[in-house]
Order: sequence, then structure tokens, then C-alpha cells
Amino acid sequence: MTEAAAPAPESRPPLRIRWALAFVVFAVFFAVNAWLQPSLLTARVLTSNLTSFLPLVLVAIGQTYVVLAGDIDLSAGAIIALVNVSVVTLIEQAGGSGGAIALGLAAGIALGILCGLLNGLLVAVLRLQAIVTTFATSIVFGGIALWILPQAGGSVPQAYWRGYAGGLGPVKLTVILFLVALGTAILFSRMRWYRHLLAIGGNRLGAFQSGLAVTRQRVISYVLCGLFAALAALCLVGETASADPLLGPSFTLTSISAVVLGGTALAGGRGGVIGSILGALTLGLINNIVFFAKLPYVTQDLVKGLIILAALAGGILGARR
Amino acid sequence: MRLLRHPLVLAGLAILALLAIGEAVAPGFAGAGQLRSQFVIAAMLGVIAAGQNLVILAGREGIDLSVGAMLGLGALVAGNVMDGDNAMILAGLGAAVAVTGAFGLLNGLGITILRIPPLVMTLGMAGVIQGLLIILTSGRPSGRAAPALTRFIIDPLVAGIPGLVFVWAGLAVLLIWFLRRSRAGLNIYAIGTNQEAARLSGVPVTATRVLVFALSGAFSGITGFLILGYTQSVFIGVGNAYVLPSIIAVVIGGTPLSGGTGGYTGTIAGAILLTLLQSLLNAMAIEPFGRQIIFGLVLIGLMLIYGRQDRLRV
Repeated sequence: MTEAAAPAPESRPPLRIRWALAFVVFAVFFAVNAWLQPSLLTARVLTSNLTSFLPLVLVAIGQTYVVLAGDIDLSAGAIIALVNVSVVTLIEQAGGSGGAIALGLAAGIALGILCGLLNGLLVAVLRLQAIVTTFATSIVFGGIALWILPQAGGSVPQAYWRGYAGGLGPVKLTVILFLVALGTAILFSRMRWYRHLLAIGGNRLGAFQSGLAVTRQRVISYVLCGLFAALAALCLVGETASADPLLGPSFTLTSISAVVLGGTALAGGRGGVIGSILGALTLGLINNIVFFAKLPYVTQDLVKGLIILAALAGGILGARR
Repeated sequence: MRLLRHPLVLAGLAILALLAIGEAVAPGFAGAGQLRSQFVIAAMLGVIAAGQNLVILAGREGIDLSVGAMLGLGALVAGNVMDGDNAMILAGLGAAVAVTGAFGLLNGLGITILRIPPLVMTLGMAGVIQGLLIILTSGRPSGRAAPALTRFIIDPLVAGIPGLVFVWAGLAVLLIWFLRRSRAGLNIYAIGTNQEAARLSGVPVTATRVLVFALSGAFSGITGFLILGYTQSVFIGVGNAYVLPSIIAVVIGGTPLSGGTGGYTGTIAGAILLTLLQSLLNAMAIEPFGRQIIFGLVLIGLMLIYGRQDRLRV
């Protein structure tokens, strides 16, 4: 091999179109929600909505990096569960002081990164199939979570959840966290490694042949997913003030739905994090809408399922135009 | 050495090893009575994995995440049609297969005509069917299996072997013949290997892909019918525990998720292997979380042995 293959071309314009489409879908659901629930447009309700959507937004951001690289992480929910119980248990064992909280936060983030690193090593370095492998690691992570805490319980010191519910002046901490996550995502999308990630997801062999560090980038994307799952877990601890080993798993498939709703192709290479954030918010709004539409209780799941299927299908069809 | 790396040989060896370990840990594990109940459980996983196998073989990121929801739907339909009446067994089976086959068909149409990725389409469909199940049942178990069906599935029929195992064997022979000898079966391999080449050589690509999803629905319905017979009444979430195991049985049986190669023989071994592994862990006196951790680690180990993808080359 003397000549490197042409690097994957930049795909800026379609990227923007995808993002715009996710925004239109989000805006439509936002309008419907505001119509059904007029109080949505007050600062208090907007903030409380954002607080309850924040964990999904964070996992969806992490999942996006993995999907963009052409992989998938079915263990994200299990990582949330593991970090959730570990942090609460650790803070309790360390005495519940301010130092214990700091230790718990740091350990939780480190644990998420470690889980992501393990996934990355298995999938990218040892070349195992992503879907099956991350499902297997999710079983292991979930098992360890149950080992640490067999059932929901435990509690964190007041300082933790008071702090999480607090803020800077009138601006709630959760709003700040959301903006920081959004800003970080935008910053990342302007960095060189992110372009490489898109190239790798678009054409893995081509990217490899043009000299990109394919294996390392894929590992990094799993590490990022583990990191964001851990952040989501820390937010959940702040929200519930306790630990639940069964809280995490539902986030896995929801985060993938959010990524797809946001216009990212599951095959990799096309899409972006901002779309996923909009997708996660849209999923939250759909929950609200089904609730506020005052449908008979038994029909809520079907209506929600149909709306999500329609939104997923509509988004994919729209992106192709 | 090459023979040793064949997925089927490996799975066979792993099955023998599990039986030996099981017998050492819990005497009687490899005995006839135990094996009989193991095979009954493996048969149910094997039938649902058959549909998954076809979908995965057809390639293009083929995967069916709605098999669990369709299993629940099939059990519900079969249970309500039978309602404990021996005369209605075949009608119950037919109704279950017709309904879940129709949902599988919808999956196939969404994936081919609307070109929605299989993972997204079947995930969305699973949500819709789960919602439908809640409306139909209000969350309560509904429908009863016919007593004769339950006896057929659990009790020995001929030579100490329950009827269900014969059904599975018959299905397996049919499916293996279908995949190796029939035009439609060969078409599945063709579109799984290279869809464009298949299209150019006249393979009806769309029809074949719709067919595999419809068949996956039908096999899920059959599995629901069988599980209903086995447990006599089921709750609506019964299928959730089968979704990912059905995929794993296929993959450790030697059909890669990229499709185009592999077959049902390996999946049979995969289903037996998974079932034995679960029951070995249950037989060992360890806490549930310990079982879960070991199960996950063994899956990773199996994948390390032969689930690896080719190295990227310059």
C-alpha cells in the first residue's frame, strides 16, 4: 500500500439539515405540550421539565459518540445503575460529610469511565460484535450493581440533593448543567477528533487506510459514553436522593431512540449530538403529552408507542429528502 | 485445528463441558430427568431464535427487537382462543401465528418500503405491541392453555421425550431444509451476503426481506403459544426475557450479526448451550447477582473464542 485512500469527505451541509429536522419535530411536540398544559411556558415548569429530562439528555449525548463511530452501547443503562448504587453506598460508608460527597462524585465518574474503557477494549481492541458484547457487559455491570445493593434503598446526605436542587441566584443548577453539557457537545463537535469519528463511522476501512487511529477513536467514544452515563447517574442520585439498581436499564433503549430521533444514522458517520439532545427532549415531551392529554390510563402506552414509532419513521423519511 | 475453530464444534464441546461441570457440581445434572426439562426450555428459546436467525442471516443490520413483545401477543391470542379447551389447540396456534406474522409483516414493510433501520423499526414496534397488550389485558393475565397442550409439552411422549422436543426437531429439519435447499432460503443468504449482487441476479430482494421479518413474527407467536402451554397462563411482559438471548443464541451458534453466513444448526447448539449455562448457574449455590456476573463473563468469553471480527487491513 503506497497511496492512502481518499479521506472521507466532510459532510457539513447534510449535518445541519438533520439537526434542523430534529428541531422542527421538537418544536411541534413542544407546541402540542404547551397547548395541553398552558403552565409549561412558565419558568418554574420549564425548569422542572428540564430537570427530569436531564439524565436522558446526558446518556443520549454519550450514546451519540458511540453510534457516530458505527458502534452501539447496550450497557449505558447498566452503567447508570452501577454508578448510581456505588456512589450512594460509598458516600454512606465514608460518613456522609462534604468530603465523602466529593469522593463519591469522583469515584462515580471514574467508575463510568472504567466501564466505558472496558467496553471499548472488548469491542474495538478485541474486535467483538458491539451489540452482543455490550449486552454481555450490561449483564455483568447490572450483576455488580445488585451485588453492591440488592434492592432500592440507601440515602445521600441532605447536602447532596439540596445542592442539586439549588442554583446560582435564580438559575437552577440543573439548567446550568444542561447548558454546560450543550456547550461541551458543541465544543467537541468543532474538534478534530470528532471529524475523525464521523469519518470512521462513515467508512471504517477507508478511515483506517487513510491513517486515522480507528481503534483509539472507538475506545474514546465508549469512554465518553461511560462518562456521560455516570453523569446521568449522579443527576439521578440528586433527583431521588437514594439508590436503585433497577433504575438504569430502561435508559439504554430510550437513549438509542433519542439518538435516532435526533437524526443520527445507526450505521454511523452521519448525525450529531445536538440532534440527540433535541431527540431526548422530544421523548420527554411525548411523555408529558400522553399524560396531559388525559387519555384513559390503559391506552397511554399504546399512544406513546405509536407517537414514538411515527416520530422515528417520520424523522428518517424526512432526513432523506 | 480448523475443525476445532468451527462454531458448531466449539458449541458442542462447550455443551459437553457444561454437562460435565454440572454433573460434578450437582450430581444428576446430566441425568435423563434433568436433561428432559432442559430440552423443553431450550426448545422454546430455539424456536424464537429461529426467526431471529432468519432476520440476521438476511443481513443489512437485520435484527428483530420486537420478538419479545410478539411472543407476549402470541401467548395472549392463543390463550384467549383456546381458553382451556382441548378442541381449540390448533385454532389457538393458528390465530397466534396469524396475528404475530401480520405484525412481523408490518416490520418488514416498514424496513423495506419506508427504509427504516431494522433496530429502530422493531424497537418502535415492540413499544406499540406492549401498549396494545396493556389495553387488551388491562395488565392482568388473560387466557388459559388447553390441558392437553400442557401435557404434550411437559410429559414424555415417546421414549421419555416430551412432545415439544419432537416439535422442535421437526421444525429444525424443516428450517434447515428451507435454508439449504429451497429457492427462498438461498435467496436469504444471497441478500445477506451482497444485496446489490443479489438484486442484479434477479433475487426478489424486497419480498425476501419482508418474508424473514414475517417469519420472525410467526416464530415468536409459536413460541408464545408454547410458553403458554408450558406455564398455563402468562403475564404480558413474559417475552422481554427472550429478546437478547434469542440474538445471543444465534451469534454463539456461528451466525454473525453481519449476516450472509451461518445457519440454524449452530443456533440449535447455541440455544442448548445458553439454557444449560443458565441452569448450571442456578444449580450452583451462589447468590443471584453472582450468577448474573458469571453469565455475562461467560458470554464475553464465548465471544472471545469465536465471535471476533476481521482485523482492518491496509
